[in-house]
Amino acid sequence: MNELPQQLVNGLLLGSMYGLVAIGYTMVYGIVQLINFAHGEIFMMGGFGALTVYLYVLPDGTSLWVALPLMLIGGIIVAVLVAVGAERFAYRPLRTAPRLAPLITAIGLSLALQQAVWAWYPDARSAITFPQIDGGPFEIGSVTIQTGDVFLLVAAPISMAILAYFVMKTRTGRGMQATAQDPDTAKLMGINTDRIIVVAFALGAAFAAVGAVAYGLKYGEVQFRMGFILGLKAFTAAVLGGIGNIYGAMLGGLVLGVAEALSTAYISDIPGMDQFGSQSWANVWAFVLLILVLLFRPQGLLGERVADRA
Amino acid sequence: MRQRSLIAMTAALAAGALTLTACGSRDGDGGSDSNGGGTTVVIGIDAPLTGDLSALGLGIKNSVDLAAKTANKEKYVEGVTFKVEALDDQAQPSAGQQNATKFVANKDVLGVVGPLNSSVAESMQKVFDDAKLVQVSPANTNPALTQGPDWQTSKARPYKSYFRTATTDAIQGPFAAQYVYNDAKKKKVFVIDDKKTYGAGLAATFSEEFEKLGGKVVGTEHIDPETKDFSAVATKVKSSGADVVYYGGEYPQAGPLSKQIKAAGAKIPLVGGDGIYSADFIKLAGASGTGDLATSVGAPVEDLPSAKEFVANYEAAGYKEAYEAYGGYSYDSAWAIIEAVKQVVEGNNGELPDDARAKVTEAMQGVTFDGVTGKVSFDEFGDATNKQLTVYSVENGAWKAAKSGTYEG
Repeated sequence: MNELPQQLVNGLLLGSMYGLVAIGYTMVYGIVQLINFAHGEIFMMGGFGALTVYLYVLPDGTSLWVALPLMLIGGIIVAVLVAVGAERFAYRPLRTAPRLAPLITAIGLSLALQQAVWAWYPDARSAITFPQIDGGPFEIGSVTIQTGDVFLLVAAPISMAILAYFVMKTRTGRGMQATAQDPDTAKLMGINTDRIIVVAFALGAAFAAVGAVAYGLKYGEVQFRMGFILGLKAFTAAVLGGIGNIYGAMLGGLVLGVAEALSTAYISDIPGMDQFGSQSWANVWAFVLLILVLLFRPQGLLGERVADRA
Repeated sequence: MRQRSLIAMTAALAAGALTLTACGSRDGDGGSDSNGGGTTVVIGIDAPLTGDLSALGLGIKNSVDLAAKTANKEKYVEGVTFKVEALDDQAQPSAGQQNATKFVANKDVLGVVGPLNSSVAESMQKVFDDAKLVQVSPANTNPALTQGPDWQTSKARPYKSYFRTATTDAIQGPFAAQYVYNDAKKKKVFVIDDKKTYGAGLAATFSEEFEKLGGKVVGTEHIDPETKDFSAVATKVKSSGADVVYYGGEYPQAGPLSKQIKAAGAKIPLVGGDGIYSADFIKLAGASGTGDLATSVGAPVEDLPSAKEFVANYEAAGYKEAYEAYGGYSYDSAWAIIEAVKQVVEGNNGELPDDARAKVTEAMQGVTFDGVTGKVSFDEFGDATNKQLTVYSVENGAWKAAKSGTYEG
């Protein structure tokens, strides 16, 4: 059987999820030059927010068709609140501090959020089952698409379209572009840069929450550590695509996902590479790819467009 | 001023994070009541009490607690009250080693039950051995722990203070291979492991026996236990044409792996060792996990007459968590320590000698009693002499014993 189409689909699905989370990294970086290492935990909070709606808000046995939009809204609200709170109380006071300070704060915040869920969310010390969409997988030719992946397949492009429209066509979106280019001049032109920064954090969190719901549906569980590795991957995707560029984040995610799937599938077939081909090596190949891109194209695949500094 | 409030906030945040982290090591303490008078002997417990493997870890903790309580109630050792102290290793070797140091520092600790993971045990053995503190693991199955790194060619016991009540992967892997090849009639296997001490060891002993029997390993794969996405691996399994998957590793990965393999279109059973024999595996694998197999050490606890009492007492004690795969072994491990303490105390006019730790370790070698899991005693390597194993399969959302037997190589 030729497994290439299936492996590509596997990679694209995984990559879409990386992309959704990477948007948050890239937007915040594009505007305030801060790498928000707590973004993975904001993603995790989104997942728990959606789960909370399902477990504790909606009555038992609510159809997932009704529940899913509400869970999505719940997840987005929680993630946005956490992100905006983090911006207001952890990052804004440090905005004029040396760059290292907010970075360390971000790491502290990420630990604090993980441990808060661990300590206070009921049963969160091990994985919690996430509701699943019923129905068998879909077969298109030799490619199987899981029911849980359908959400991701639909949500990722829609999210991207909404984001592109927002950034390019709305007033706030244009304000974001202006702030990314030059915050001081933007301020002189009457743009409320504080508000723009809050919007960037909130938008990134909203997309992370969509990603988290997709994660829950895809893997059937959420747990307090789910944001750590995924956040790291999403950050890699953002850098790969050109950090600061929202299209780059999505592209970087897709490339990373496909690279992981293909390296797992095919590296071991290359003579002499047998022991480097398993899934446990997928991360290594993902980072080799990142290093290669950064060596030959330091600005990332698409370069930094939104945050194009003069 | 602004700068100061900033520092205060950062400090508060850091302090918050630290306090929260510290919670982890505190909440496992205590359990058994002391009923006053005489000497207090502490039995240490090291297991993952939080994190992915906590279901198994809490089962271990509760079972040891039950053993201590039972010994106190029966006044099994005259003049000695047993207490337990549980530390959380989070399945991390570094945390396990720290815990070992803590136990060594507490003079009342005369024996430790645990850990769950072979890789954690590796980090603890020397610490305990240097202090002559006896350690009895209910769950470690890696052969190297008792028989040295070259156990396949020349066996040599590295640490005299290490014992275990579980059988080893040298037996468990081949036992599974025989069942899969002879009873389940599967001839083409895809072998996956998580590259950890336990998983890789199990996968290797399984593959060796399976090929010896005439089966074919049609593919191998190592997975990264930190991720949840096994779709690429699942696709490889499907296109390999295997009729069974063997997984060396633990249930947090095995569950999703089983689910994703079936979802990819390969409707073949996943077989694993005692690391996947947990109710949580069934939860994670979902409905498609029906028919998956696991081997586990010993006979099913519910079926042994010697275990009926344990099960009844465990339920009566009202523990929140199930005793899981290692409950019986944990109880027996704790009881072995209690027996050894009894021998030492009785051999010293009813009092603990000054070098109690060394004496208990010495006494452990000769301990024999009828435990929950059958006859408990140790061979010259510190391994359990009881070599019984059972194959379980997932049916109607629960593990059902499929075949029990004693492995003969």
